[in-house]
Amino acid sequence: MEWIQQLVNGVSLGSIYALIALGYTMVYGIIKLINFAHGDVFMLGAFIGFYAIARWDMHFIPALILAMILCAVIGVIIERVAYKRLRSATRIAALITAIGVSLLIEYTVIFFRGASPEAYPTVIENTKIEILGAQISVQAIIILVISLILMLLLQFIVHQTKIGKAMRAVSHDADAARLMGINVDNTISATFAIGSALAGAAGVIFGIYYTRIEPLMGVLPGLKAFVAAVLGGIGIIPGAMVGGLLLGVVETVVSALGYSLWRDAAAFVILILILILRPAGIFGKNAREKV
Amino acid sequence: MKHSKMKKFASIFMATTVLAGVLAGCGATENSGSSNGGSGSSGDTIKIGGNLELSGAVASYGSSINDGAKLAIAEINEAGGINGKKIDYIAVDNKSDNAEAVTAGIRLAEQEKVVAMLGPATSGNATATVQTASQFKVPMVTASGTAETVTVDKDGNVNDYAFRTCFIDPFQGIVAANFATEELKAKNVAIYMDSTSDYAKGLAASFKKQIEENGGTVVKEEAYVTDDVDFKSTLTNIKSSNPDFVFIPGYYEEVGLIVKQARELGIDVPLMGADGWDSPTLVDLAGADALNNTFITNHYSSGDPDPKIQDFVSAFEEEYSKQPNAFHALGYDTIYYLKDAIERAGEEVTGETIQKALAETKDLSLITGTFTVDEKHNPVKSATVLEFVDGNQEFKSKVNP
Repeated sequence: MEWIQQLVNGVSLGSIYALIALGYTMVYGIIKLINFAHGDVFMLGAFIGFYAIARWDMHFIPALILAMILCAVIGVIIERVAYKRLRSATRIAALITAIGVSLLIEYTVIFFRGASPEAYPTVIENTKIEILGAQISVQAIIILVISLILMLLLQFIVHQTKIGKAMRAVSHDADAARLMGINVDNTISATFAIGSALAGAAGVIFGIYYTRIEPLMGVLPGLKAFVAAVLGGIGIIPGAMVGGLLLGVVETVVSALGYSLWRDAAAFVILILILILRPAGIFGKNAREKV
Repeated sequence: MKHSKMKKFASIFMATTVLAGVLAGCGATENSGSSNGGSGSSGDTIKIGGNLELSGAVASYGSSINDGAKLAIAEINEAGGINGKKIDYIAVDNKSDNAEAVTAGIRLAEQEKVVAMLGPATSGNATATVQTASQFKVPMVTASGTAETVTVDKDGNVNDYAFRTCFIDPFQGIVAANFATEELKAKNVAIYMDSTSDYAKGLAASFKKQIEENGGTVVKEEAYVTDDVDFKSTLTNIKSSNPDFVFIPGYYEEVGLIVKQARELGIDVPLMGADGWDSPTLVDLAGADALNNTFITNHYSSGDPDPKIQDFVSAFEEEYSKQPNAFHALGYDTIYYLKDAIERAGEEVTGETIQKALAETKDLSLITGTFTVDEKHNPVKSATVLEFVDGNQEFKSKVNP
């Protein structure tokens, strides 16, 4: 069954987009900044996971957790060093800074280890199971399950915990939240930490699923995840998940129809269409600009 | 007012003198450039440049060629050099980038004043450097740029200063097609090519032509672009057309992932590629298991029983403690190809005389085969078919043109 196979391909790709898109959307939701360095945190996560598995002989799950923790720390450092002092500056200044941070991370990595790619070691035995005539690798299933667990965990944090409540309050109105006694700076740092940890996890998953990692690998997935976040409605967490999965499936369908060379174009055509037809995204309410 | 006018005049005067100085300086370097073209060889050394991919996407090719070339140079210098002159080798990194390759070429020709250079490893980078080579009249020999367009321009005119040590793509495509029909009995084949590479397109075209002449059918033609990582959806498409053989012209970075993902999707038929697959990274990316039942056409095999090849293999292993791949052999051969030409170039060793001698090369016996250069600056030589067995390349057969 070709179509079931294609659907599995699409959902696997989409779940990686979704994990990256979550970080974009959370950061945008809270400080209205499109954090272009996010794709590079994803790349750092992939490399941390690689060194943990290949050099320090760690197992997959500890390596994944290590990558998430280190990426969270890196995310907080980026926020504290680069973005915090620009919080009252114009949005364009912060955006340009984000691009600068992105280039800084990429070329720092190239400076220290060169631009050559690495091959991820095999950590999950790659057996195949047949479901309705489609060959589905155990790897793909494990990756899907991990992505789902992380997304559910995020939902839990945002809706059931104190810090989640603070995050929602700050994203709604930072000044009012501050008046209510919420530590806005810490909440923003926590958002960066969670978003970056998800990107780090996506990096490790990407490495295991697609094998090849390199210092500039974050650029295109980063942009695609941005499209996914806009597609779902930027700033809305379930929107990022749906947007990511949808984008993965759309790209796969485009390839499956024989237009594989148009796959990257398809993602950006979606971006253009959504901005023209429904700028708030699938889940977005057409909110009136507050005056 | 007057004062400021004076100042203005003075500044213009100053600017003019500085400019004149710069222009004079320029003239001077240009002069010394043409006379120095000889000085690269009139001293005790012969300067040869290497414009190679030492970092970036295809770093594995460039550094292999560099290692092979260095081994050959060490051997030649130890034996007394060329006509008593030692080789002075200068390698410059072109970062696997077309524009950087041009810059590297200019630097070698203009600053280092080399008399000949090893060209970039890939066809794209080599083609980009051709113009620089003709402009400075420094012959460029690419060890592994297999596209036809390196030595011949679009209108079919020969690029005087471009040469190569390897065979050309159409030949590799034909060998692969014949191997598929004769040895593997393939009837329905699929082609999955890198659509951003001239090399892959050339191979795909000649393979398709030959396989159709042999009575086979191309059931599916798909393409990808460099730097893609997800090939699963297109491979699923290929799988549904039920080919009994898939030809994948491309470079190892993507091919490694394609082979891995193809096997994951249950495409178990033989896969075949060309010399672009030849890199240890391919085995890392695809995994040794997935590479079983795949074949490549290549310039040489370290498993070839020919004593000349075995001597080279042991010399190489002694120096670098690893098995030489085809790029090592081609880099090594390129230096001997140049040595042969420089020896015949006569008293005055310049870019022009080496160029003439290179074009007249006849029955030169090297590691990757014995060849004579044809009128399009292509060596006429044999190709080797290799099979991957548990991650190692094993010698399968040798095909003459």
